[in-house]
Amino acid sequence: MSDILLETRNLTRRFDVSAPWLNRKLEGKEKAYVKAVTDVSFSVRRGETFALVGESGSGKSTIARMIVGLLEPTAGDITFDGRSLVEGLRGREARRLRRRFQMIFQDPLASLNPRWRVTDIVAEPLRVFERRQGDRARRARVGELLTLVGLSPEDGAKFPHQFSGGQRQRIAIARALAARPDFIVCDEPTSALDVSVQAQILNLMKDLQAEFGLTYVFISHNLQVVRHMANQIGVLYLGRLAEVNDAEALFANPRHPYTRMLLEAVPDIEMTGRPRKRVEGEIPSPIDPPPGCPFHPRCPLANERCRVEVPPLLDGVACHAVHEGRA
Amino acid sequence: MTDITPRAAPGRTRARLLRRALASDIFYSWRRSPVTVIASVVALALILMAVLAPWIAPYDPFNPASLNLMEGFTPPASESAFTGNYFLMGTDNQGRDVLSTIMYGSRISLFVGFSATVLSILIGVSLGLAAGYNGGAVDSTIMRVADVQLSFPAILIALLIFGVARGVIPPNRQESMAVWVLILAIGLANWAQFARTVRGATMVERQKDYVSAAKIMGVHPALILLRHILPNVTGPVLVIGTIGLALAIIEEATLSYLGVGVPPTQPSLGTLIRIGQQFLFSGEWWILFFPGVTLVLLALSVNLLGDWLRDALNPKLR
Repeated sequence: MSDILLETRNLTRRFDVSAPWLNRKLEGKEKAYVKAVTDVSFSVRRGETFALVGESGSGKSTIARMIVGLLEPTAGDITFDGRSLVEGLRGREARRLRRRFQMIFQDPLASLNPRWRVTDIVAEPLRVFERRQGDRARRARVGELLTLVGLSPEDGAKFPHQFSGGQRQRIAIARALAARPDFIVCDEPTSALDVSVQAQILNLMKDLQAEFGLTYVFISHNLQVVRHMANQIGVLYLGRLAEVNDAEALFANPRHPYTRMLLEAVPDIEMTGRPRKRVEGEIPSPIDPPPGCPFHPRCPLANERCRVEVPPLLDGVACHAVHEGRA
Repeated sequence: MTDITPRAAPGRTRARLLRRALASDIFYSWRRSPVTVIASVVALALILMAVLAPWIAPYDPFNPASLNLMEGFTPPASESAFTGNYFLMGTDNQGRDVLSTIMYGSRISLFVGFSATVLSILIGVSLGLAAGYNGGAVDSTIMRVADVQLSFPAILIALLIFGVARGVIPPNRQESMAVWVLILAIGLANWAQFARTVRGATMVERQKDYVSAAKIMGVHPALILLRHILPNVTGPVLVIGTIGLALAIIEEATLSYLGVGVPPTQPSLGTLIRIGQQFLFSGEWWILFFPGVTLVLLALSVNLLGDWLRDALNPKLR
């Protein structure tokens, strides 16, 4: 048993955003693609949390959706526990692998069917993966799960709209845990919640991780949240990994200019009153990305080479300046 | 938290359900609209009258043995000059009691309208779900067919289907099959609205994360459609279904009025109107008038109910 649970290799996804065929022919336009994710490779160790951070449009959610199989990668490979997920999962093998991973979504109101009672929502994975389980056993298990996430078994008779945002996310977590998975993709699980509730949900997720040895891929745009949760962090910029490092090392010693910029932008109580460097510019359009290093238009260290050549991810950083020792 | 106990005594549950229904928003908006209350009462009365016709009709108008030609053309609210039988709405040329024929006629009208609407819903909802969920070629094919069909008046399509069925079914069975052919014709003429509405709602729902969650678990697409998406698209179907019922009743009446609907041996409201029209200019107005009024009341009350339901279920108008 290796200690890597999930690995992606050169994961790439393009979206076709071309105009319809007739318009293209009449207006003489080329096919247009959004390069949402390009050559992303990382590995997630068993029982740890790997966080993906980035601005909106950096491809975080696309990666999450590819991992759980909602989207097919255009190129590249995803291996889960040594088996490739990309080469068409079929039949019994697919079922066995599927029950091992789950996903928690950003908006718990949208991820819970409004017409279902909570009991049915939480029991859905049980119905899919444990078909032989009786009604009574299933009900007992749902009660157990609801208690585990801090709700009461009586809540099962209610509908999702009768709960607050934080409680709804607890229901979503209970559903994710129902079939005893060992890997959960969390797509910004707290960004739709009040700040006061965010910490509760994050702590619950950490407790559950410790209790069941769960492995998380945790997606967020909030560096504080990530610092609290992650063992390893991958910083995404325009669909490419800019930097990958252990969480502590990344916060203590950010190497990529983009990571530095992000960390400087985090408000800090001890820094009150001191001048801060502003985050400059915006993330460019992924339909028409800049040539060379995608970050060069915003990078203070960019030179001629950066404008032409795409920097490879070497030793956890994709930056010419770092590779050349200029930074 | 203790007021929700999964296994309460059945009697108490029923009482609680009733109390909850009376306290609901829907009931409130129903009670607040006098037009709707009146429409419901009228629709309910007409439906009860139709359903209970064999038991409450004063005469049996389709039993040749009980008909007396001498009683023909008796005016409303009078006794026959020959037999002394009382007829509230008069009689037609064959001495059939108009009130009784209306009762039996609305029975057929309602049965055809209701069955045809159910058929439209079955076809429209299935195709709409398939189109909205799959997208691509399936979607284009289904929706182009629907567009073409919507560009014709529904009655024309019903006539076409009726004509084709006439040609296919052997003559000796045509009379017994007429009602079913009518249901098929009206049902096939009206599925497109349902398909359109359901397709739109499905396209919204399939993007939602609860569908993604089910997909990740590997739930079969048919089950996702049936258990997840269908319950979330039924609201609009209920509304256009109610309005569609009124439309189907009128379409049936139109077809029967044109003489291509149900046979005269089991007349619907439309057939009665056609029969009555022959005597309009000779002064026997009641033979046409009462079936006509019944048809208007039925279609209007059902339509008003549909309008109310649309507003009551639309959260934006609250």
